[in-house]
Amino acid sequence: MLLKKLTEASGVSGNEKEVRDIIIEEIKEYVDNIQVDKIGNIIAYKKGRKDSPRLMITAHMDEVGFIITGINDSGLLKFTTVGGIDHRILVSKPVKVGKKEIPGVIGAKPIHLQKKEERLKTLSLDQLYIDIGVNSKEEAEGLVSIGDYVTFYSEYVEFGNDLIKAKALDNRVGCNLLIDLLKSNTDLSFYAVFTVMEEVGLVGAGPAAYTVEPEISIILEGTLCSDDLDTEEHLIPTKLKQGPAISLLDRTTLFNIDFRKYIVNIAEKNGIPYQFRKTSFGGNDSGKIHQAKSGSTTATISVPCRYIHSPISVMAKEDYKNTYKLLKFILSEIEKGDF
Amino acid sequence: MNFNSELAKKLVNIYSPSGDENNIREFIKDEIKDFVDEVEIDSLGNLIARKKGKGKKIMLAAHMDQIGLMVTDIDDKGFLRFTNIGGISPVLSLGQKVIFKNGTVGVIFAEPVDNIGKLKLENMFIDIGVLNKEEAEKKVSIGDICVYESGFSENDNVIFSKCLDDRIGCFVLIETLKRVKNSDNDLYFVFTVQEEVGLRGARTSAYKINPDLGIAIDVTSSGDTPKAKRFAVSLNKGTAIKVKDNSILTHPKVRELMAEVAEENSIPYQMEVLEFGGTDSGAIHLTREGIPTGAISIPTRYVHSTVEMSSKKDINYSVDLLVKLLEKTI
Repeated sequence: MLLKKLTEASGVSGNEKEVRDIIIEEIKEYVDNIQVDKIGNIIAYKKGRKDSPRLMITAHMDEVGFIITGINDSGLLKFTTVGGIDHRILVSKPVKVGKKEIPGVIGAKPIHLQKKEERLKTLSLDQLYIDIGVNSKEEAEGLVSIGDYVTFYSEYVEFGNDLIKAKALDNRVGCNLLIDLLKSNTDLSFYAVFTVMEEVGLVGAGPAAYTVEPEISIILEGTLCSDDLDTEEHLIPTKLKQGPAISLLDRTTLFNIDFRKYIVNIAEKNGIPYQFRKTSFGGNDSGKIHQAKSGSTTATISVPCRYIHSPISVMAKEDYKNTYKLLKFILSEIEKGDF
Repeated sequence: MNFNSELAKKLVNIYSPSGDENNIREFIKDEIKDFVDEVEIDSLGNLIARKKGKGKKIMLAAHMDQIGLMVTDIDDKGFLRFTNIGGISPVLSLGQKVIFKNGTVGVIFAEPVDNIGKLKLENMFIDIGVLNKEEAEKKVSIGDICVYESGFSENDNVIFSKCLDDRIGCFVLIETLKRVKNSDNDLYFVFTVQEEVGLRGARTSAYKINPDLGIAIDVTSSGDTPKAKRFAVSLNKGTAIKVKDNSILTHPKVRELMAEVAEENSIPYQMEVLEFGGTDSGAIHLTREGIPTGAISIPTRYVHSTVEMSSKKDINYSVDLLVKLLEKTI
């Protein structure tokens, strides 16, 4: 199961190698050209019968996580976050540290020992540490080093009514979609780009777009979903099982209105459920891509994922299927040459 | 004093939020086509008009877009919820009229709040006067954008209207390109898109043009209203030559050149040291290997409201300065 493999791999921003290697292994038979650029993006080209326009489809490989910043005398590890993580979710989470994947847990003072005012506040990073079960600094230093990356440890689990729980669905689900597209037969040539360091400021996408110079790009994402009962209807960004989410705008892009309508038409014509991503919060690789060089057209299509940027993001299988279907139809429409 | 009120009035009344600048682009293209050698529209939608010359490549940028509100949700009763495109103030929006591209008019109001100062856009809505969701959906869809709707007013001194930011910059560019006659320079008049959301059109058009010199034309604030924050720019005291804002420290040679040309031609000017805000110049000067860039600003009161106010004299002086600057061999 590819999504299991992808989500259980470590790929914190700046340390995407494990994910990159899996992806290259998966796609190399299906593309005509593949390169890893200087910053670490995979830029693959799949040649079809038809070339134009210059189409690029992207998904970022990286995920949020941590970096070790210190080791104290008792062998406990201090750390900082990479990418946007809610500090309130950190306590008691299992993690894996460094290349050797040393198991650890994020620990804190137990509730019994906390003063009343401490209990009312979120524990800060200074009050948390990673415990890898050693007794001394020396012992810890034999296993980990300052600068080691840390990922959440979280197994891929299918549960409920065809839902999936895993870490890093943002954005391994996008990677998986792009891999599946490469594996399927398509008559349209396109660039498939797997970017690095999106979570720390869309770092990889700019250089990738600079190299590829796309005319049109589609950015694939696992995006925020908050469809709980307490959220007012107009503040819900996306809902599970309502189909692929088409972005209107975010902090980094006002998505091209004509291209957005073109995609909506394709969904409607083919009876694929879709929804709009109804919030302007957040941003993605599109921000850098559409402003690279002399500019280009972009759209973002996402699979809604609850609880992203945590070890337990949740998505629905049917949203994946519908997103994939929509992408296939978009490719065949673009191939006909009417956009 | 001659002031082309008719053109100003037309410009501010055209619907053109960031991301959907089609209408204004068509209008400007029509207005300028007889005065330039080439016109091009790039992939983000910037309108690039060139007056060819053998000298230095100069890029002039005024943005076509205006702030707006995008519909994100339509409730059962037909009320619209929205998010901002650019700097929309909740307080200044309360009670304002808005208009959609198809002419649908609505009013902005809010859920009851205890403290009006704490008003947030997420507690506000647009009422387009329909009875239910079905009726609303016939007029408006999720993703549609509306802009403030307000009239154009003037007296001998000033004009006031919505979106003088930056239609008045477009006005200055249009009037300039009509008047510039004897220029050796290779002039690119760029009417940019998406300035209000992050100088996006200027970034990509500057990359394409790769100019030797960049100049943005935009509104700036003013410090001449009761108890205003200290800011040495006033209406009616001339065009403003930008020294800095949050997006740029203008190239000293560019601003010195501007001041020099103003002195030579007795054009009233003031130096603008702005402690916030930004203009297209911010994106242009960081393009490729860096481009010497400055900005000419039109002092404007009440920016991002429906009643922005600029002085006719200042606007005309801005045109004068730009014409003289472009006719100089640089």
